[in-house]
Amino acid sequence: MTTTLLPPAFADLERFAHDWCLKTESERYARRLASPMQELIDFYDACFPRIEDALAYCDKFPLEELPEDAIHLLHLMYSLIMVAMAVEIFQQPKPVDSADAELARVSEPWP
Amino acid sequence: MSKALQEPATPHRWPRPTEGTWTQHYPELGTSMMSFEDSVSPEFFELEREAIFKRAWLNVGRVEQVPKTGSYFTKELDVARTSLIVVRDHDGTVKAFHNVCRHRGNKLVWNEFPREETSGTCRQFTCKYHGWRYGLDGSLGFVQQEGEFFDLDKAALGLRPVHCDVWAGFIFVNLDATPRQTLREFLGPMITDLDGYPFDKMTEWYEFKADNQSNWKLFADAFQEYYHVPGLHSQQVPSAVRTPGKGFECAHFQVDGPHRMVSTGGARRWTMPAEFMYPIERATRSGLVGPWESPELGELPKGLNPGRIEPWGIDNFQIFPNIEILIYHGWYLLYRYWPTSHNTHRFEGMLCFQPARTVRERVEHEVASVVFKEFALQDAGMLTGTQTALESAYRTAGMTHFPVNDQEILVRHFHKAVADWVDVYRHDLSGVVAR
Repeated sequence: MTTTLLPPAFADLERFAHDWCLKTESERYARRLASPMQELIDFYDACFPRIEDALAYCDKFPLEELPEDAIHLLHLMYSLIMVAMAVEIFQQPKPVDSADAELARVSEPWP
Repeated sequence: MSKALQEPATPHRWPRPTEGTWTQHYPELGTSMMSFEDSVSPEFFELEREAIFKRAWLNVGRVEQVPKTGSYFTKELDVARTSLIVVRDHDGTVKAFHNVCRHRGNKLVWNEFPREETSGTCRQFTCKYHGWRYGLDGSLGFVQQEGEFFDLDKAALGLRPVHCDVWAGFIFVNLDATPRQTLREFLGPMITDLDGYPFDKMTEWYEFKADNQSNWKLFADAFQEYYHVPGLHSQQVPSAVRTPGKGFECAHFQVDGPHRMVSTGGARRWTMPAEFMYPIERATRSGLVGPWESPELGELPKGLNPGRIEPWGIDNFQIFPNIEILIYHGWYLLYRYWPTSHNTHRFEGMLCFQPARTVRERVEHEVASVVFKEFALQDAGMLTGTQTALESAYRTAGMTHFPVNDQEILVRHFHKAVADWVDVYRHDLSGVVAR
């Protein structure tokens, strides 16, 4: 039995939730680099049309009091932002011409 | 003056100094080809340690990192072969000490691993080795089995202090026994005219670190000129609206002592037609230059936008030797470049926003932070190539000098400032009176 992570209104995105509801930028970036481009495109094509609804849903709550399923939804939208860089801008998982460079996000706000 | 500068292919968009070029406005900079030997020479790096990093004021953090009495953090300064403790004392002042126990020289404050930086809050510092304890003011308070020692002068065995001062919430240290200038004298008017800018309101931080395979100055160079943007960052606008061969012209350059700044100007990205933005930017109202709208900040200091550029974009201040503050609309970016050898350095980057009040504002900040990383990775990706090719140029290919254009004036100034500080150090060493 699988656990439902997202609010019921976003059941259509639930199939992405276990892979992409990730708490940190480091996890999201690593997932993007490890994913085939077609998977990124599928994720983007499904999530991008829902971003306005998702932000409107989360915005009903105070930032510091988001329910757990809304936090998952927000993290899914963070993943969409991460994936959009690959799909919209670079057409590949890694930034073009970034060679062997790494840049680790070592702290970030919550959620 | 070159023909190209006399007769620009396209008219200059922004007015230039009466001399005709930014570089010639500062005649001491010259216009000749430049050597980048300072970025490939191990010997020169050893001079930089002494001449610059043990003499200049260095920014090691922000006051928000030591919010209350006993708050502390450690800072590893490989370039000066030392580790520091920065702490908020009982009297409210921020103090800095060498992170060394006075009994047999163990590193005093560390957590899991001695080489890793740490932070926290404490009432006193206790050495893990033999339990000696020091107050927040550095005084030695407790010695295990004190009676076993010989004429122990506890008053003389406090932590060794380092000169420490704060400007605009930025904590600076100076490792010199007697700093040649106060912090404010060192910063000079171009920087201190930013007094009053509300850096203290921008406490929501996205922090980055990277170890780069390049000299510390080469990464700084990449961020103090925009000449590289159309080439390296061609994806900054969607492909449909890219203009091949189009350059980038900065609106204003200024230097003051060893410090530099550059302003960009022009139409704000989101005021352009929709096709100039990526879909994710339109959906989140944020992107390459941050959130489209930030909370109002009130009256801004006279040091911001010193060229009075309208429409203004970004101010990019580079404080010698290794800190860079980029001020955007309502938020700022902070970079630090810490050398670890002549051809490696540790990069620190920080995006600082006013705390998000809503999910949408938090998402705007996340977008800005993600976009920043994408393009910074392109800059960083170039560096290994630049470093290795420069080393090859010097050692095997007989290429020692390279042209630097007017849009790269700050690169020229930076390397000259470094050379000047090294020259002064050499003169001091040889007993000749410094200039």
